[in-house]
Amino acid sequence: MGREQVQVEALASAGEQGSFLQGIKDCIPTLLGYLSIGFAAGVLEKTAGLSIMEIALMSILLYAGSAQFIAAGMIAAGSSATGIIMTILFVNLRHILLSAALSPYFRHLSAFRNMLVGSLLTDETFGVAINEAAKRKQIDEKWMHGLNLTAYLNWIAANLAGAYFGQWIANPEQLGFDFALPAMFIGLLVLAMLSRKQIRLDIVVAISAVVIAVGVSVLYPGNLGVIVATLCASTIGMVIERWK
Amino acid sequence: MEVRWDVFLIILGSALVTFLPRVLPLMVLSRMELPEWGVRWLHYVPIAVMAALVGQELFLQEGKLSLLANVELLAAIPTFLVAIITRSLLGTVVVGMVSIMILRYLFPLL
Repeated sequence: MGREQVQVEALASAGEQGSFLQGIKDCIPTLLGYLSIGFAAGVLEKTAGLSIMEIALMSILLYAGSAQFIAAGMIAAGSSATGIIMTILFVNLRHILLSAALSPYFRHLSAFRNMLVGSLLTDETFGVAINEAAKRKQIDEKWMHGLNLTAYLNWIAANLAGAYFGQWIANPEQLGFDFALPAMFIGLLVLAMLSRKQIRLDIVVAISAVVIAVGVSVLYPGNLGVIVATLCASTIGMVIERWK
Repeated sequence: MEVRWDVFLIILGSALVTFLPRVLPLMVLSRMELPEWGVRWLHYVPIAVMAALVGQELFLQEGKLSLLANVELLAAIPTFLVAIITRSLLGTVVVGMVSIMILRYLFPLL
Protein backbone atom coordinates (compact mmCIF):
# COMPACT_ATOMS: atom_id res chain seq x y z
CA MET A 1 0.00 0.00 0.00
CA GLY A 2 2.37 2.69 -1.22
CA ARG A 3 1.84 6.37 -1.75
CA GLU A 4 1.07 5.71 -5.39
CA GLN A 5 -1.93 3.58 -4.60
CA VAL A 6 -3.32 6.13 -2.16
CA GLN A 7 -3.01 8.73 -4.88
CA VAL A 8 -4.77 6.51 -7.40
CA GLU A 9 -7.60 5.90 -4.97
CA ALA A 10 -7.89 9.59 -4.20
CA LEU A 11 -8.04 10.37 -7.91
CA ALA A 12 -10.64 7.68 -8.53
CA SER A 13 -12.91 8.94 -5.78
CA ALA A 14 -12.43 12.54 -6.89
CA GLY A 15 -13.36 11.46 -10.40
CA GLU A 16 -16.47 9.77 -9.09
CA GLN A 17 -17.59 12.56 -6.80
CA GLY A 18 -16.74 15.45 -9.08
CA SER A 19 -17.75 14.00 -12.43
CA PHE A 20 -20.37 15.14 -14.92
CA LEU A 21 -22.31 11.93 -14.24
CA GLN A 22 -22.31 12.58 -10.50
CA GLY A 23 -23.65 16.06 -11.21
CA ILE A 24 -26.56 14.48 -13.10
CA LYS A 25 -27.22 12.10 -10.18
CA ASP A 26 -27.10 14.91 -7.63
CA CYS A 27 -29.74 16.79 -9.62
CA ILE A 28 -32.30 13.98 -9.39
CA PRO A 29 -33.81 14.95 -5.99
CA THR A 30 -34.82 18.36 -7.42
CA LEU A 31 -36.34 16.99 -10.65
CA LEU A 32 -39.87 16.49 -9.31
CA GLY A 33 -40.04 20.11 -8.19
CA TYR A 34 -38.88 21.33 -11.61
CA LEU A 35 -41.34 19.04 -13.39
CA SER A 36 -44.40 20.26 -11.50
CA ILE A 37 -43.55 23.96 -11.54
CA GLY A 38 -42.39 23.74 -15.16
CA PHE A 39 -45.63 22.00 -16.08
CA ALA A 40 -47.72 24.69 -14.35
CA ALA A 41 -45.69 27.39 -16.13
CA GLY A 42 -46.29 25.66 -19.47
CA VAL A 43 -50.05 25.48 -18.87
CA LEU A 44 -50.19 29.17 -17.91
CA GLU A 45 -48.05 30.25 -20.86
CA LYS A 46 -50.36 28.34 -23.19
CA THR A 47 -53.53 29.76 -21.64
CA ALA A 48 -51.96 33.24 -21.78
CA GLY A 49 -52.09 32.84 -25.55
CA LEU A 50 -48.48 31.91 -26.31
CA SER A 51 -47.78 29.43 -29.11
CA ILE A 52 -45.79 26.22 -28.52
CA MET A 53 -42.84 27.75 -30.41
CA GLU A 54 -42.92 30.85 -28.22
CA ILE A 55 -43.07 28.68 -25.09
CA ALA A 56 -40.13 26.57 -26.31
CA LEU A 57 -38.14 29.72 -27.06
CA MET A 58 -39.01 31.14 -23.65
CA SER A 59 -37.90 28.07 -21.70
CA ILE A 60 -34.70 27.72 -23.76
CA LEU A 61 -33.63 31.40 -23.67
CA LEU A 62 -35.16 32.70 -20.46
CA TYR A 63 -35.05 29.53 -18.31
CA ALA A 64 -36.35 31.00 -15.07
CA GLY A 65 -39.54 29.83 -13.38
CA SER A 66 -40.69 33.01 -11.72
CA ALA A 67 -39.73 35.12 -14.77
CA GLN A 68 -41.73 32.87 -17.08
CA PHE A 69 -44.81 32.98 -14.85
CA ILE A 70 -44.56 36.77 -14.73
CA ALA A 71 -44.04 37.07 -18.48
CA ALA A 72 -47.08 34.85 -19.14
CA GLY A 73 -49.28 36.79 -16.72
CA MET A 74 -48.18 40.20 -17.98
CA ILE A 75 -48.41 39.27 -21.66
CA ALA A 76 -51.96 38.03 -21.01
CA ALA A 77 -52.74 41.30 -19.19
CA GLY A 78 -51.38 43.30 -22.14
CA SER A 79 -48.52 44.97 -20.23
CA SER A 80 -45.82 46.89 -22.07
CA ALA A 81 -42.58 45.15 -23.05
CA THR A 82 -40.57 47.62 -20.93
CA GLY A 83 -42.73 46.92 -17.87
CA ILE A 84 -42.35 43.16 -18.29
CA ILE A 85 -38.58 43.31 -18.77
CA MET A 86 -38.08 45.70 -15.81
CA THR A 87 -40.13 43.48 -13.47
CA ILE A 88 -38.20 40.39 -14.57
CA LEU A 89 -34.91 42.22 -14.10
CA PHE A 90 -35.81 42.93 -10.47
CA VAL A 91 -37.13 39.46 -9.78
CA ASN A 92 -33.93 37.93 -11.13
CA LEU A 93 -31.57 40.36 -9.41
CA ARG A 94 -31.45 37.76 -6.65
CA HIS A 95 -29.30 35.67 -9.00
CA ILE A 96 -26.53 38.23 -8.41
CA LEU A 97 -26.28 36.94 -4.87
CA LEU A 98 -26.29 33.30 -5.89
CA SER A 99 -23.71 33.91 -8.60
CA ALA A 100 -21.55 35.98 -6.23
CA ALA A 101 -21.75 33.27 -3.56
CA LEU A 102 -20.45 30.67 -6.04
CA SER A 103 -17.66 32.86 -7.43
CA PRO A 104 -14.98 31.87 -4.86
CA TYR A 105 -15.20 28.24 -6.05
CA PHE A 106 -14.51 29.07 -9.69
CA ARG A 107 -11.74 31.65 -9.34
CA HIS A 108 -9.28 29.46 -11.23
CA LEU A 109 -11.45 29.45 -14.36
CA SER A 110 -11.39 31.95 -17.21
CA ALA A 111 -14.18 34.53 -17.48
CA PHE A 112 -15.72 32.60 -20.38
CA ARG A 113 -15.84 29.35 -18.42
CA ASN A 114 -17.32 31.22 -15.46
CA MET A 115 -20.00 32.51 -17.82
CA LEU A 116 -20.83 28.94 -18.84
CA VAL A 117 -21.10 27.91 -15.18
CA GLY A 118 -23.40 30.85 -14.37
CA SER A 119 -25.61 30.84 -17.46
CA LEU A 120 -27.80 27.97 -16.21
CA LEU A 121 -27.79 28.90 -12.54
CA THR A 122 -31.15 28.58 -10.72
CA ASP A 123 -32.36 28.65 -7.12
CA GLU A 124 -32.45 24.87 -7.04
CA THR A 125 -29.08 24.16 -8.69
CA PHE A 126 -27.54 26.80 -6.45
CA GLY A 127 -28.98 25.00 -3.42
CA VAL A 128 -27.46 21.69 -4.52
CA ALA A 129 -24.12 23.30 -5.44
CA ILE A 130 -23.69 25.22 -2.18
CA ASN A 131 -24.40 21.98 -0.27
CA GLU A 132 -21.71 20.26 -2.31
CA ALA A 133 -19.33 23.14 -1.50
CA ALA A 134 -20.10 22.80 2.22
CA LYS A 135 -19.38 19.05 2.08
CA ARG A 136 -16.30 18.99 -0.15
CA LYS A 137 -14.89 22.55 0.11
CA GLN A 138 -14.88 22.73 -3.67
CA ILE A 139 -17.15 22.46 -6.68
CA ASP A 140 -15.99 20.66 -9.79
CA GLU A 141 -16.71 22.46 -13.07
CA LYS A 142 -17.84 19.28 -14.87
CA TRP A 143 -20.04 18.29 -11.92
CA MET A 144 -21.65 21.73 -12.09
CA HIS A 145 -22.37 21.33 -15.82
CA GLY A 146 -23.92 17.89 -15.20
CA LEU A 147 -26.16 19.37 -12.54
CA ASN A 148 -27.10 22.45 -14.59
CA LEU A 149 -27.77 20.65 -17.88
CA THR A 150 -29.98 18.01 -16.24
CA ALA A 151 -32.10 20.69 -14.59
CA TYR A 152 -32.24 22.69 -17.84
CA LEU A 153 -33.40 19.82 -20.09
CA ASN A 154 -35.92 18.67 -17.49
CA TRP A 155 -37.33 22.20 -17.29
CA ILE A 156 -37.74 22.54 -21.06
CA ALA A 157 -39.47 19.13 -21.22
CA ALA A 158 -41.81 20.05 -18.35
CA ASN A 159 -42.67 23.39 -19.98
CA LEU A 160 -43.51 21.78 -23.31
CA ALA A 161 -45.57 19.06 -21.62
CA GLY A 162 -47.53 21.75 -19.76
CA ALA A 163 -47.98 23.73 -22.96
CA TYR A 164 -49.20 20.62 -24.78
CA PHE A 165 -51.76 19.74 -22.10
CA GLY A 166 -52.64 23.40 -21.71
CA GLN A 167 -54.60 23.36 -24.96
CA TRP A 168 -57.22 21.10 -23.34
CA ILE A 169 -57.48 23.06 -20.13
CA ALA A 170 -60.21 25.59 -20.79
CA ASN A 171 -60.21 27.18 -17.36
CA PRO A 172 -56.83 26.95 -15.58
CA GLU A 173 -58.16 29.04 -12.67
CA GLN A 174 -60.63 26.31 -11.76
CA LEU A 175 -57.69 23.94 -11.24
CA GLY A 176 -55.69 26.51 -9.31
CA PHE A 177 -52.89 26.87 -11.91
CA ASP A 178 -52.86 30.65 -11.60
CA PHE A 179 -52.08 30.28 -7.89
CA ALA A 180 -48.89 28.29 -8.64
CA LEU A 181 -47.06 31.62 -9.05
CA PRO A 182 -48.02 33.31 -5.74
CA ALA A 183 -47.51 29.93 -4.02
CA MET A 184 -44.02 29.67 -5.49
CA PHE A 185 -43.19 33.22 -4.36
CA ILE A 186 -44.47 32.36 -0.88
CA GLY A 187 -42.27 29.25 -0.90
CA LEU A 188 -39.17 31.13 -2.12
CA LEU A 189 -39.76 33.93 0.40
CA VAL A 190 -40.20 31.57 3.35
CA LEU A 191 -37.23 29.40 2.32
CA ALA A 192 -34.99 32.45 1.90
CA MET A 193 -36.02 33.87 5.29
CA LEU A 194 -35.63 30.57 7.15
CA SER A 195 -32.16 29.96 5.70
CA ARG A 196 -30.79 33.24 7.18
CA LYS A 197 -30.30 33.97 10.83
CA GLN A 198 -31.88 37.40 10.93
CA ILE A 199 -35.57 36.73 10.88
CA ARG A 200 -36.65 39.98 12.62
CA LEU A 201 -34.90 42.30 10.20
CA ASP A 202 -36.08 40.17 7.29
CA ILE A 203 -39.69 40.45 8.52
CA VAL A 204 -39.34 44.25 8.73
CA VAL A 205 -38.02 44.32 5.16
CA ALA A 206 -40.77 41.97 3.93
CA ILE A 207 -43.61 43.93 5.55
CA SER A 208 -42.20 47.24 4.26
CA ALA A 209 -42.02 45.72 0.78
CA VAL A 210 -45.64 44.50 0.93
CA VAL A 211 -46.99 47.85 2.18
CA ILE A 212 -45.01 49.89 -0.37
CA ALA A 213 -45.84 47.53 -3.25
CA VAL A 214 -49.56 47.53 -2.49
CA GLY A 215 -49.68 51.27 -1.75
CA VAL A 216 -47.83 52.30 -4.92
CA SER A 217 -49.82 49.85 -7.06
CA VAL A 218 -53.14 51.26 -5.82
CA LEU A 219 -52.01 54.82 -6.65
CA TYR A 220 -50.17 54.02 -9.89
CA PRO A 221 -51.51 50.90 -11.61
CA GLY A 222 -48.86 48.93 -13.45
CA ASN A 223 -45.56 47.41 -12.42
CA LEU A 224 -44.01 50.35 -10.65
CA GLY A 225 -45.06 49.00 -7.23
CA VAL A 226 -42.75 45.98 -7.19
CA ILE A 227 -39.76 47.99 -8.40
CA VAL A 228 -40.21 50.89 -5.94
CA ALA A 229 -40.89 48.44 -3.08
CA THR A 230 -37.74 46.44 -3.85
CA LEU A 231 -35.51 49.53 -3.97
CA CYS A 232 -36.99 51.07 -0.79
CA ALA A 233 -37.31 47.92 1.34
CA SER A 234 -33.75 46.74 0.52
CA THR A 235 -32.47 50.19 1.49
CA ILE A 236 -34.49 50.04 4.74
CA GLY A 237 -32.86 46.68 5.56
CA MET A 238 -29.36 47.96 4.78
CA VAL A 239 -29.83 51.19 6.79
CA ILE A 240 -31.27 49.45 9.87
CA GLU A 241 -28.45 46.91 9.80
CA ARG A 242 -25.81 49.65 9.65
CA TRP A 243 -27.39 51.63 12.48
CA LYS A 244 -27.53 48.72 14.89
CA MET B 1 -46.73 27.62 -34.49
CA GLU B 2 -45.67 31.18 -35.12
CA VAL B 3 -43.50 33.47 -33.05
CA ARG B 4 -44.87 37.01 -32.87
CA TRP B 5 -42.37 39.82 -33.18
CA ASP B 6 -43.40 41.64 -29.96
CA VAL B 7 -43.38 38.39 -27.96
CA PHE B 8 -39.96 37.57 -29.39
CA LEU B 9 -38.63 40.96 -28.23
CA ILE B 10 -40.08 40.42 -24.74
CA ILE B 11 -38.45 36.96 -24.53
CA LEU B 12 -35.11 38.29 -25.78
CA GLY B 13 -35.11 41.29 -23.41
CA SER B 14 -36.17 39.15 -20.44
CA ALA B 15 -33.53 36.55 -21.30
CA LEU B 16 -30.83 39.23 -21.36
CA VAL B 17 -31.79 40.76 -17.99
CA THR B 18 -31.89 37.23 -16.53
CA PHE B 19 -28.58 36.15 -18.06
CA LEU B 20 -26.52 39.13 -16.85
CA PRO B 21 -27.21 38.78 -13.08
CA ARG B 22 -26.46 35.07 -13.43
CA VAL B 23 -23.07 35.38 -15.07
CA LEU B 24 -21.60 38.81 -14.26
CA PRO B 25 -20.79 38.21 -10.56
CA LEU B 26 -19.09 34.90 -11.41
CA MET B 27 -17.12 36.58 -14.21
CA VAL B 28 -16.22 39.79 -12.39
CA LEU B 29 -15.97 38.99 -8.68
CA SER B 30 -12.84 36.90 -9.10
CA ARG B 31 -11.17 40.14 -10.22
CA MET B 32 -12.77 42.82 -8.02
CA GLU B 33 -15.07 43.14 -5.01
CA LEU B 34 -18.28 45.06 -4.38
CA PRO B 35 -18.28 47.78 -1.71
CA GLU B 36 -19.59 46.65 1.70
CA TRP B 37 -22.86 48.58 1.49
CA GLY B 38 -23.54 47.19 -1.97
CA VAL B 39 -23.21 43.64 -0.67
CA ARG B 40 -25.50 44.43 2.28
CA TRP B 41 -28.08 46.07 0.01
CA LEU B 42 -28.09 43.15 -2.41
CA HIS B 43 -28.52 40.84 0.57
CA TYR B 44 -32.05 42.24 1.11
CA VAL B 45 -33.14 42.25 -2.53
CA PRO B 46 -34.42 38.63 -2.62
CA ILE B 47 -36.61 39.14 0.47
CA ALA B 48 -37.87 42.55 -0.68
CA VAL B 49 -38.77 41.51 -4.21
CA MET B 50 -40.46 38.24 -3.20
CA ALA B 51 -42.48 39.97 -0.46
CA ALA B 52 -43.50 42.74 -2.89
CA LEU B 53 -44.66 40.18 -5.45
CA VAL B 54 -46.55 38.15 -2.83
CA GLY B 55 -48.20 41.36 -1.53
CA GLN B 56 -49.25 42.43 -4.99
CA GLU B 57 -50.64 38.98 -5.82
CA LEU B 58 -52.57 38.58 -2.57
CA PHE B 59 -53.88 42.04 -1.66
CA LEU B 60 -54.75 43.45 -5.07
CA GLN B 61 -57.64 42.48 -7.30
CA GLU B 62 -57.77 44.28 -10.64
CA GLY B 63 -55.62 47.06 -9.25
CA LYS B 64 -57.76 47.64 -6.14
CA LEU B 65 -57.03 46.79 -2.53
CA SER B 66 -59.08 43.75 -1.53
CA LEU B 67 -59.16 42.42 2.03
CA LEU B 68 -62.64 40.87 2.23
CA ALA B 69 -64.00 37.99 0.15
CA ASN B 70 -60.48 37.42 -1.12
CA VAL B 71 -59.89 33.71 -1.82
CA GLU B 72 -56.22 34.26 -2.68
CA LEU B 73 -55.61 35.70 0.79
CA LEU B 74 -57.38 32.74 2.43
CA ALA B 75 -55.46 30.20 0.34
CA ALA B 76 -52.22 31.91 1.30
CA ILE B 77 -52.66 30.84 4.94
CA PRO B 78 -52.24 27.07 4.43
CA THR B 79 -49.62 27.83 1.76
CA PHE B 80 -47.47 29.84 4.21
CA LEU B 81 -47.91 27.19 6.92
CA VAL B 82 -46.81 24.36 4.63
CA ALA B 83 -43.81 26.38 3.44
CA ILE B 84 -42.70 27.04 7.02
CA ILE B 85 -43.27 23.46 8.22
CA THR B 86 -42.02 21.42 5.23
CA ARG B 87 -39.55 23.90 3.66
CA SER B 88 -40.44 22.26 0.36
CA LEU B 89 -41.07 24.40 -2.70
CA LEU B 90 -42.97 21.59 -4.41
CA GLY B 91 -45.17 20.91 -1.34
CA THR B 92 -45.92 24.63 -1.04
CA VAL B 93 -46.99 24.97 -4.68
CA VAL B 94 -49.17 21.84 -4.57
CA VAL B 95 -50.91 22.83 -1.31
CA GLY B 96 -51.44 26.37 -2.65
CA MET B 97 -53.07 25.11 -5.83
CA VAL B 98 -55.27 22.56 -4.02
CA SER B 99 -56.32 25.18 -1.41
CA ILE B 100 -57.43 27.71 -3.99
CA MET B 101 -59.18 25.01 -6.01
CA ILE B 102 -61.22 23.96 -2.95
CA LEU B 103 -61.90 27.56 -1.88
CA ARG B 104 -63.10 28.56 -5.35
CA TYR B 105 -65.40 25.55 -5.40
CA LEU B 106 -66.81 26.31 -1.94
CA PHE B 107 -67.05 30.09 -2.19
CA PRO B 108 -70.17 30.33 -4.38
CA LEU B 109 -71.85 27.87 -2.00
CA LEU B 110 -71.18 29.88 1.17
